[in-house]
Amino acid sequence: MIERYLEQASTFAPDIDAVILLIAVLVGFWFFLSEAVFFWLIFKFKKKDGVKGEYVSGEEKSQKRWITVPHLLVLVCDVFIIVGAVRVWHDVKQVLPEPQATVRVIGQQWAWTFIHPGPDGQIDTADDITLIDEMHVQEGVVYHYQLESKDVLHNFSVPVFRLKQDAIPGRTITGWFEATRTGEYDIQCAEICGIGHGIMGARIFIESKEDHAAWMNGHAKPTSVATAR
Amino acid sequence: MAETIATPGAHDDHGHEHHDEGWVKKYLFSTDHKIIAMQYMFTGMAMAVIGGFFAYAFRMQLAFPGMEVPLWGVVTSAEYNSLVTNHGTIMIFWVAMPVLIAAFGNYLIPLMCGVDDMVFPRLNRLSYQIFFVSAVVLIWSFFVEGGGFGGAWTAYPPLSAKAEYSLTPSGASLWLIAVALEFVAFLMGGINFVTTAMNSRAKGMGIYDIPMVVWMIVIASILFMASVGPLIAGAVMLFFDQQLGTAFFDPAQGGDPILWQHLFWFFGHPEVYVVLLPAMGIVADVICVMGRKKLFAYRTVLFTAIGTGVLSFTVWAHHQFIAGIDPRMAHVFTITTLLISIPIAEMCFCYIATLYGGSLTLNTPMLWALSFIATFLIGGVTGIFLGASGADIYFHDTYFVLAHFHYTFFPIAIIGTFAGFTFWFPKMFGRMMNETLGKIHFWGTIIPFNLIFLPLFVLGAAGQHRRIYNYDNFPELALPWMQDLRILATLSLIVMLGFQLVFFYNCYVSLRRGKKAPANPWNANTLEWLAPSPPPHGNFGDKLPEVYRGPYEYNHPDRSEDFWPQHVPN
Amino acid sequence: MSARPIATTREMAGIPTGRLAVWWVIASEIVIFGGLLASYIMHRLANDAWSVQAANTNTWIGAFNTFVLLTSSLFAVLAHKAAVEGNGKKAARLLLYTAAGGTTFALVKAYEWSVEISHGYTLASNTFWSFYYTAAGLHALHVIAGVVIMLIIAREAARNLELHRVELIGIYWHFVDIVWIFLFPLLYIAK
Repeated sequence: MIERYLEQASTFAPDIDAVILLIAVLVGFWFFLSEAVFFWLIFKFKKKDGVKGEYVSGEEKSQKRWITVPHLLVLVCDVFIIVGAVRVWHDVKQVLPEPQATVRVIGQQWAWTFIHPGPDGQIDTADDITLIDEMHVQEGVVYHYQLESKDVLHNFSVPVFRLKQDAIPGRTITGWFEATRTGEYDIQCAEICGIGHGIMGARIFIESKEDHAAWMNGHAKPTSVATAR
Repeated sequence: MAETIATPGAHDDHGHEHHDEGWVKKYLFSTDHKIIAMQYMFTGMAMAVIGGFFAYAFRMQLAFPGMEVPLWGVVTSAEYNSLVTNHGTIMIFWVAMPVLIAAFGNYLIPLMCGVDDMVFPRLNRLSYQIFFVSAVVLIWSFFVEGGGFGGAWTAYPPLSAKAEYSLTPSGASLWLIAVALEFVAFLMGGINFVTTAMNSRAKGMGIYDIPMVVWMIVIASILFMASVGPLIAGAVMLFFDQQLGTAFFDPAQGGDPILWQHLFWFFGHPEVYVVLLPAMGIVADVICVMGRKKLFAYRTVLFTAIGTGVLSFTVWAHHQFIAGIDPRMAHVFTITTLLISIPIAEMCFCYIATLYGGSLTLNTPMLWALSFIATFLIGGVTGIFLGASGADIYFHDTYFVLAHFHYTFFPIAIIGTFAGFTFWFPKMFGRMMNETLGKIHFWGTIIPFNLIFLPLFVLGAAGQHRRIYNYDNFPELALPWMQDLRILATLSLIVMLGFQLVFFYNCYVSLRRGKKAPANPWNANTLEWLAPSPPPHGNFGDKLPEVYRGPYEYNHPDRSEDFWPQHVPN
Repeated sequence: MSARPIATTREMAGIPTGRLAVWWVIASEIVIFGGLLASYIMHRLANDAWSVQAANTNTWIGAFNTFVLLTSSLFAVLAHKAAVEGNGKKAARLLLYTAAGGTTFALVKAYEWSVEISHGYTLASNTFWSFYYTAAGLHALHVIAGVVIMLIIAREAARNLELHRVELIGIYWHFVDIVWIFLFPLLYIAK
């Protein structure tokens, strides 16, 4: 469903889309069934001259069946949804695979700072590549991000990854992603952060191994600043 | 019984009614529950006009970024934030709460329980006065230096706690004071509602003879009382952070910003049910009367309402899945959140089942009540996407969330209110409403409503996130088809707001020239229809009614008439 | 003033309306204090460093105030007893003793705070002190409100009017007392 609007560019994007589809099918079924019954009852029992309404208390077992049976079926659907959602959550947010690289993402009013590891593959070393509003990652590599904020709450959202995480001042939150296709996509701040919230976007550049190496060589000096657009 | 002791006093009271009291005393400082109900109702409607106007201003900015919005001007990003923040705050705290709980609660509880007033009439008046002050403080906050608060209705710190971040030094504090005052007002009102319904019911009215709307308002009031406390404490703490330099929510000095989110949502989620339940109650009464049908499984509906209320205290962190809480907590809250769909689904099923075998009169109140069910179902099922942790990673903070809660709050606050208002209008004002105008208003509201929010579901699914004043800054959200949907939503909003004029015109015409309403125009069972329309001070005259049966005995096989009022002995 | 509505005289739930309402007031107060204290406890568990700050509270003053408040509650009980017996004068006198206890509590608190503030422990100096002043301050407001209401009720009770209210203020006063019983160990003893 979601992939019609946005490409899937991370390993877990298809999983999240699948959960959304599962929910859509299950609740869609119940929704259309309820609405169909509802409108059918309205048209069937519209007031007609000389026809009296019935007296149904709904308290008897034979009548209550009409509620309890669907209600148990809804419960079964709930279990499917819970299992699906919990499994995806577990993989995306709870258990982090071993990282092959780590980037630091820092939010502030109203820009993103990305600290990439340099050729030595480590951050917090002299060859770190620090960019504003521009993030470069390599396709097929498991990244950990360390998310921080300098002032208020922000939210690091990469829609094509189906990734969202609040950035909280005073904490470092670690998460992961692995990109599966190359391209240039949006990074958005998805938590209101003041009057500049509407301009707090950045771009992520997902590159093949060669392109990524080329980009890194172009930034041989420790720091460099670029703008998003 | 105590009643006989008090009867002489009651006579006294009726004597007073003929005294020529001043207009001010009668309408502004009255302790009569009906007058106070109307005060809440009209204050709420006035606030709804302001909230609707805000929606118009920011939707115009979204559809036509940078344009000079008629009646407003260019919407700056600071103004945009303030508009959306206060639109949300107003619609929930100054429209849904006062109209659904306070207005209908005040009007209906004494009348439906067969008594002459609330148990604490003066506390009731004080509650409205505090509420009025809170509304004034909120409006004041728009005009102070820096403008109104713009940190979203959830007011997450540190943004809300520090003027250097929010850039609204006084707006944020006034906003907070207004909200806190409003809570105090509703605590007082809630205690009054609960105590009145518990203690002052008519003789013979057992707990299963209480009309559903009274039950629902009582449950909602208890939910409010039990959930708002931590947020009141939180509001004090946030105020100290803003003005006195404390650091409860400031991580740089040992505070914790997530704490506010817990305090807020511990209240915020039950709050949804606080406003939902009264609307469900109104709808139950309307469909039973207009459907000439006994409510399907009264006790099940009642117990599921209570169950929903209890469960609603266990789900709050589903608003915070990706806010940095322990990821393992998400599992617990996913399960509780999905479980809450069970009682709510059961309630909706009971309502739908009530239609079976009925004789449905599709007049204006009934159309509103039925459309409540039809649209609320959309709000209900879309909530599942957001309560399921895995799916919420994507949907969090998108327009999907926004469309979801508008499909719950709009049916609750607007459709539910119109259902109740058109249904009890003859009782409140002694005149029938114009049906043709009522139906024009209905269709003119319900169709644009869906055209506003269905496109927003699509935009949300496409990743459009919230509280952005101009999407041109995000290439993935600036696509032409998305802009077309935004324009569609905005134009639909303008059409819907325009049709509200029909409602106000209808009120005016019906009050002036409407047909005089008899005491019981709908042939309904509940006690309020026994009192004259409109009920005088003291409601029922000298003799208060007694109750002999449940509220929904329509088309009873032992009776030739299709209704059987609660107060008729046999 | 017109006579009371019949609504105020009914007793369907079997509990007098006034008492029922006071219980609901207390129920909503419990969640207010509960939210505040739960926040405090969570913070405290996360901040070991607070014990350094907490060491500066004066346990003896706190203990004395606990004693004062408990004694005043005893007078509230005796006042209720007198009211039940219909002895308004005695009930009023005992209520005055209770109010005197509340006043003493507030005065001691004022002294205690002024000493602490003069030592530089203010509302904003540290999160512990923020909680300390907020929680104890909110409680002190309840004490002061209780004393004011008590004096009004005592004035009426002395004329044998509205004697049932003596019980209501008593219930409220016990609640204020119990909140302090939670605050005292949390703010003073835990070091």
